[in-house]
Amino acid sequence: MSLYETVRDALRAEDPVAMATVVEVVPREEWEFPDDPGVALGAKLVVRPGHPRQGSLGHEGLDTVVARDALGALESGLSDTRHYGRRGQARRREVSVFVEAFAPPPQMVIFGAVDFTAALAKVAKILGYRVTVCDARPVFATPARFPMADEVVVDWPDRHLAKVGPDLGPRDAVCVLTHDPKFDVPAIVAALPTRVGYLGAMGSRRTNADRLARLKEAGVDEAALERLMAPVGLDIGARTPEETAISICAEIIALRVGSGSRSEVPSLRDRGGPIHRDGRGEPGPD
Amino acid sequence: MKEVLGDIERWRSAGRRVALARVVGVEGSGPRDPGATMAVSEDGEVAGSVSGGCVEGAVVTEALDVLARGEAKLCTFGYSDDEAFAVGLTCGGTIHVFVEPLDW
Repeated sequence: MSLYETVRDALRAEDPVAMATVVEVVPREEWEFPDDPGVALGAKLVVRPGHPRQGSLGHEGLDTVVARDALGALESGLSDTRHYGRRGQARRREVSVFVEAFAPPPQMVIFGAVDFTAALAKVAKILGYRVTVCDARPVFATPARFPMADEVVVDWPDRHLAKVGPDLGPRDAVCVLTHDPKFDVPAIVAALPTRVGYLGAMGSRRTNADRLARLKEAGVDEAALERLMAPVGLDIGARTPEETAISICAEIIALRVGSGSRSEVPSLRDRGGPIHRDGRGEPGPD
Repeated sequence: MKEVLGDIERWRSAGRRVALARVVGVEGSGPRDPGATMAVSEDGEVAGSVSGGCVEGAVVTEALDVLARGEAKLCTFGYSDDEAFAVGLTCGGTIHVFVEPLDW
């Protein structure tokens, strides 16, 4: 099978695959080992997790280093050009290699089958997420109510995360929209130990204070809670389910791997004052 | 690349050669991220895009040239003082586009 066919088939099956291509080579006089054989522009290496690599960039050492970086690129989902020595040496710029990551769609798991869930699932689909809606109540968790979701699961959050949690990674998101401690505390406790990139929980400031107390009672320590974005979303004055969905997705974009520092992101969590600024809905200065 | 697979398959099954142009680097403001892909058939059909529209025409020309010569090349598009009249990006950024025959 040709390299193209391998990449094509993996793309169609939504299997993770990375392709590394030599896009620039400096003149050999500038190489650390100028007697090495030449490197062909366009030379390729195809890397798939759990499969033998295919193709070559012209040196075993270079292939090894690039294959490692390609697996890293699949984790982050970011494609970029990297520089290496002709034999794969670090900190040299003899060969430029474009490492293109074709990662499967990121996943969003939404707990709670409520109106906000339908709006969030819609916006998440626009952003390319594979969306799962999970709720323990079979009356509410139906595909008919969430036709935009890729999967609707009737289960307890902690049980569902026990199944899918190990597969969650830095590009994925878990959003807890139940604002019922019976569901959201177990969901957050189960999500914290996973590698999920974004973990948010909805609720008023009062709900959130109560939830934080329950999480601590459940044995979650202060440092672990640093990851939890609650109240969920950016402080844009969102009110309707649709606006709230935009606020949540904007926060996910703002916090995702490699874009900006957390202190620059106007998250509701890191601000005081009312969540809804028009004075309706949330009483008091909590 | 996934979005251009259908066209590539159609061209290849008709026995037409194909060039791939991919954004491999962006400096400053750029309309598309690395990985943005355009595919061009030897008779000039185009699928996908590598920019907001500003350099597409120049990339098609490069792609046809690459197919004619059978050699890959790295093209740079962007604004600089000495290239003030060259094909540029209105946004002021620079993009590097790797153009190659799909013969692998």
